[in-house]
Amino acid sequence: MDPQLAAAFERLPEYLAWHVLLSVSALALGLAISLPLAVAAARRPRLRWPALASASLIQTIPSLALLALFYPLLLALAALSESLFGRGFSALGFLPSLLALTLYSVLPILRNGVAGITGVDPAIVEAADGVGMTPRQKLLQVELPLAAPVIMAGVRTAAVWTIGAATLATPVGQTSLGNYIFAGLQTENWVSVLFGCAASAVLALTADQLIGLVETGVRRRRRAFVVAGAVGLVAGAAVAMAPLVTRLEGGRSYVVGAKNFSEQYILAELMAVRLERAGAAVRRKEDLGSAVAYRALAAGEIDVYVDYSGTLWTAVLGRSDNPGRKAVLDQLTAELARRDGVRVLGSLGFENAYAFAMRPDRARALGVASLDDLARVAPRLTLGTDVEFLSRPEWKAVEAAYGLRFRNSRSFQPTFMYRALGSGDADVISAFSSDGRIAADRLVVLSDPRGAIPPYDAVILVSPKAAGDRRLVETLTPLVGSISVEAMRAANLLVDRDTAKMTPAQAAGTLERR
Amino acid sequence: MAVPAIRLSDVALRYPNGVSALEDIDLEVAPGEFVALVGGSGSGKTSLLKTVNGLVRPATGQVAVFGEGVASTPPHVLRRRIGYVFQDIGLFPHLTVAENIAITPKLLGWDPARRAARAAELLELVALPADVGGRPPAALSGGQRQRVGVARALAAEPRLMLMDEPFGALDPVTRDALGGEYRALHERLGLTTLMVTHDMTEAVLLADRIVVLQSGRILGDGRPAALLDASAHPHVRDLLEAPRRQAERLRQRLGA
Repeated sequence: MDPQLAAAFERLPEYLAWHVLLSVSALALGLAISLPLAVAAARRPRLRWPALASASLIQTIPSLALLALFYPLLLALAALSESLFGRGFSALGFLPSLLALTLYSVLPILRNGVAGITGVDPAIVEAADGVGMTPRQKLLQVELPLAAPVIMAGVRTAAVWTIGAATLATPVGQTSLGNYIFAGLQTENWVSVLFGCAASAVLALTADQLIGLVETGVRRRRRAFVVAGAVGLVAGAAVAMAPLVTRLEGGRSYVVGAKNFSEQYILAELMAVRLERAGAAVRRKEDLGSAVAYRALAAGEIDVYVDYSGTLWTAVLGRSDNPGRKAVLDQLTAELARRDGVRVLGSLGFENAYAFAMRPDRARALGVASLDDLARVAPRLTLGTDVEFLSRPEWKAVEAAYGLRFRNSRSFQPTFMYRALGSGDADVISAFSSDGRIAADRLVVLSDPRGAIPPYDAVILVSPKAAGDRRLVETLTPLVGSISVEAMRAANLLVDRDTAKMTPAQAAGTLERR
Repeated sequence: MAVPAIRLSDVALRYPNGVSALEDIDLEVAPGEFVALVGGSGSGKTSLLKTVNGLVRPATGQVAVFGEGVASTPPHVLRRRIGYVFQDIGLFPHLTVAENIAITPKLLGWDPARRAARAAELLELVALPADVGGRPPAALSGGQRQRVGVARALAAEPRLMLMDEPFGALDPVTRDALGGEYRALHERLGLTTLMVTHDMTEAVLLADRIVVLQSGRILGDGRPAALLDASAHPHVRDLLEAPRRQAERLRQRLGA
């Protein structure tokens, strides 16, 4: 089998289990909320419009944004709970995903519930009153059974939507089938992206067909269909979620975090494999946003990950000065320990700095070798960046230091940013200095004579909770100073290149052997 | 005097739009009586019927069933004691015919064996074959469905039956047959019946007494023959003349 495909299959039990757990929980919670709401709205026309309108409004929020919005909300709630009860909770991962998906599942169930109940023949409702049913008996014995086919159709729609949208839980730190898609997008591993799409589509279709069977059974009053569908759903969900049960029995495990690009996946694998070899159980939490990752570490939701000194210097400490590579690292080590109890284990030995890069022919034609030169011609050029660069303090510093004004700027997923340079959609990009594609594409990296870009040493960060964990520290300390920028570039290229791609785990193996 | 089966005193009712639906209604129905409520559409006859089992709450006045105030009895308790049949029947499509018939006994907590026996007994009473009991209502003809409606209303052995245009949707032959059969049941079971109809012929043929409503008021109340009396309201006389004129024309055309 193709190694990419083999690697994808290897992760399927874990991703599928989380995906199913998340979808089932969201659907169950959604049902518990929307069914009583539908009954209330069907009884009181005055409640109907506001309920349906707010459910529709939620539906218009892009699902990714809905998921993202729950993170800061829960973070604030967790802080509040911490101050009130002395106990916080995790604002990352399962909880925000669950809440967002629950909200998302409400509309179809609510809408069909109201339509189903109000659609019951008024003569039958009058008969229910006439034979002496209480309002509760009327609801349970007449209205709900008669509305059941319509309600089941709503549940079916909600299930398909929820399973599809659950792939978007990955960026807020919840493992799902979306991990294939997001990781694949970063590493241009289209096998992985397709695998993720196919897996979630197959899951959605299976759920759709099984719930459809129940729906048909309810509509045609065929008990066998209902039982077959329900048994299929329960058994399928149980089998899919089984890997999580064995995991829970495993006891304490380390959580290794990674942001959302190839180098991070490789380094996370490198650390995870070392920890596993030392006998520890390891969970991986990948595709974290840059700001989310540090907060997750400080809160103890992940135990270890790699970040970059310049990022921490500007984004966490809020500094804009540049006292030099060593001073930044030293002050960072002291400050992060003091502020958050986070332990800086040390630098891996290479930098991954923001680097403005151009195609050699363009750079030569325009006579650009430094950021000073670039400022001169920038008003005629298009800047390509990753999605967060333009809102980062580093860009503000560079923009101010050189007076950079571009004709235009476009943001891309990092992978497509390099493509844009090749296709001429961008003239200059905010590349990363450890990226293998700089050497592979022979890109020109512009010098920074004014020292506006801070140093970006890759450092291993350990959470306050794990800072004193001897096994973790002893296992990972040998990595400090062990990776040169050339080695990292080569490893990155193995994952990012178009042909004979390696998985991050395989690329991590090449670093290990040095 | 015995307690009346139905007593309405000084009942008035307004529709939500403020229009008066019933005004100054005083009515007593004695146990065992068969009373027809007649009047044009919008005359308030259905509203009046529904005040008796609490489906409609009057704005003012008292309604009592066998001496018990409707306003002070929980609606479901009251309705389980009163049979109710209406034109749309409203059989529960998700239940079998037998389950439909035995629904009020089930609500009253009868055990399944007793309910099944009662359903079989009632199927026989309304002249339906026993094997109909296991079928869904959709498999029955209109006339058969209305027989099931009557059986369901009778299931918990009520003393009072309320019927709202019960045979209105049936073809004339079925309608005539069912009407006659019901009148026989009324006698046999010692029921009290209040029936709404817009068909004067039906009212004259079935009822002991006819109450005529117009614009929410009682215009006439008495035995069919008495309503033809010179003292009756001209509109009431007109209404009662209608079946007679019709009968004469029929006799002329068909030859006596």
